[in-house]
Amino acid sequence: MAEFIRFERITKFYGPLCVVENLDLGIEKGEFVSLLGPSGSGKTTLLMMLAGFEQPTSGNILLDGTAINAVPTHKRDMGVVFQSYALFPHMSVGENIAFPLQMRGIGKAEVDERVKRALGMVQLSALVDRRPSQLSGGQQQRVALARALVFEPRVVLMDEPLGALDKNLREQMQLDIRDLHRRLGLTIVFVTHDQSEALTMSDRVAVFNKGRIEQIGTPRQVYDEPATRFVAEFIGETNLVEGVVEAVQGQEATVRLPSGAQIVSAVSGTVARGQSVFLSIRPERVDLSEARGEARNVLETEVTDSVYQGDHLRVQLQNATHPLIAKLGRRSREFPPGTKVFAAFSAGDCRVIAP
Amino acid sequence: MPMKIAKATFATLTILFLVAPLIAILPLAFTSSVILTYPIPSWSLRWFEELFFADAWRRAIVNSLIIGTGTTLLATILGTAASLGLRNRLILFRGTMRTLFLLPMVVPAVVLGVGMQVLLAGFGLTNSYLGVIIAHTVVAVPFVVVSVTGALAGIDERVELAAQSLGAAPITVFRRITLPLAMPGVLSGAVLAFATSLDEVVLTLFVAGPNQRTLARQMFSSIRENISPAIAAAAFLFIVATVVIGLVVVLSRSMLAKRR
Ligand SMILES: Nc1ncnc2c1ncn2[C@@H]1O[C@H](COP(=O)(O)OP(=O)(O)O)[C@@H](O)[C@H]1O
Ligand SMILES: [Mg+2]
Repeated sequence: MAEFIRFERITKFYGPLCVVENLDLGIEKGEFVSLLGPSGSGKTTLLMMLAGFEQPTSGNILLDGTAINAVPTHKRDMGVVFQSYALFPHMSVGENIAFPLQMRGIGKAEVDERVKRALGMVQLSALVDRRPSQLSGGQQQRVALARALVFEPRVVLMDEPLGALDKNLREQMQLDIRDLHRRLGLTIVFVTHDQSEALTMSDRVAVFNKGRIEQIGTPRQVYDEPATRFVAEFIGETNLVEGVVEAVQGQEATVRLPSGAQIVSAVSGTVARGQSVFLSIRPERVDLSEARGEARNVLETEVTDSVYQGDHLRVQLQNATHPLIAKLGRRSREFPPGTKVFAAFSAGDCRVIAP
Repeated sequence: MPMKIAKATFATLTILFLVAPLIAILPLAFTSSVILTYPIPSWSLRWFEELFFADAWRRAIVNSLIIGTGTTLLATILGTAASLGLRNRLILFRGTMRTLFLLPMVVPAVVLGVGMQVLLAGFGLTNSYLGVIIAHTVVAVPFVVVSVTGALAGIDERVELAAQSLGAAPITVFRRITLPLAMPGVLSGAVLAFATSLDEVVLTLFVAGPNQRTLARQMFSSIRENISPAIAAAAFLFIVATVVIGLVVVLSRSMLAKRR
């Protein structure tokens, strides 16, 4: 598939503050890409530059192979959904959705027809004459979505559109939007600081930190194969343990921990012998047992605390030199504090990350 | 409880203090006597008759309407344009500019009056309707600016951005989104501009000729020349106009609020 949107060495300064730094990113047609990162990492700024509300300090934005830096917002043909919905308060729901169609000079009969279809798509047909102020947050959200989709824009941009909704509604909308994306074959750029939202919805996730992309990949890649310490810590929960590389064998490395234990682990990026590195071990990949067992990587630990959390058992462990957290399945036995246990995990369940 | 009584008493006294002049003058509008004093011998509408049929008073009312309408139009257009301009974040010395626009509110009217007189004389505009309208506009614009700036500040900027992204060119965004949303502020600004013009005496004294005597100006001079109860009738007219204007503002606001 051809690359549809291309950010080419984009840099953005606000005064002396560098908000986006020399950023390259390509997005394919029909792809759902999330920009994920902590607040202030420059996600919104990048989206606003794509929409044309802000100009990059340097670099190019290409759409379908042509630079659009000089194209004003109203000619970019992109549907934008804001966190605050930004509905027109003085227009009814129907008028809001008709607006982009009227801007394109579409005849009244067709406008009515398409508004009706868009309202049906977001299940709001009954509310066509209401004012935005008479709608609930979730309904306003749907109107904003319908308004951004009704004119079949080339790209749909969403800036934390679900941030103001409560948890249940948010999860429902995540699935609804993902479903719309698949049905309509939309190209969507979606900004969020919620990692589970990004993992749920996206084809690919770009993890932002301080104006740069730390890693871009499928949800599985960014979760299972974090490229940097930041990604490992930001997405999901992880155990980070310091160690020194003893040997590298292809895609695996042997790491000696301060306690003397040797761990064989998959590698992200390249590491060299003798290098200080971090091991990222996902808590849910750790098995506990009182016998040493056959696993390749085993750490001797003692249980310091264990909390039942409904869907899993969270066990805090202490090894000679570092703490460790394990999340065990619902059917796991209890591990009372003070129990001596062996924490085991395979080489594929941990990653060596160069610091 | 004593606190409540104290509050109620204080509120009553304050209101009394504010409306006492009105209570003093309004009944005299309906006196049959030829002098502006109590007691009122009997009730009559003769002074309203005088107001509408005596040449001087009738012309004053017409002048007030002409000058008030002109001022309202000019001040509303200029004030709205200024407020829109002041909204632009890129404008230099934005704070200073905003203060400058409000200056006529605090500069003593006599100072403005002298300045206006000199300036308008230079353009040959003294003793003309246009001159008076310009003078009134100077003091009316700040009210429009305050009112429209307030309304614009209440608009979520992202609503306008959204309109742009949906395909609206800047001028269309203004026509379809910004202006309708700011309309309550523009309307109350216009009403305040009209009220300011109606009420203005000092500048009028400086720049208006005998042909541009406004109602306020006519009251001012007639209270020195002959203290006739026609002044009370004019005052009554003023009050009625003010109340009507106030009602219009309140009604149009609530109508717009409902539309939102
Ligand atoms: N218009 C602006 N002027 C100055 N600084 C800004 C502006 N917009 C954003 N910033 C700054 O840029 C940084 C990144 O902001 P933003 O892109 O909104 O981050 P995110 O969406 O990832 O939370 C923040 O430090 C923010 O304060
Ligand atoms: Mg943001």
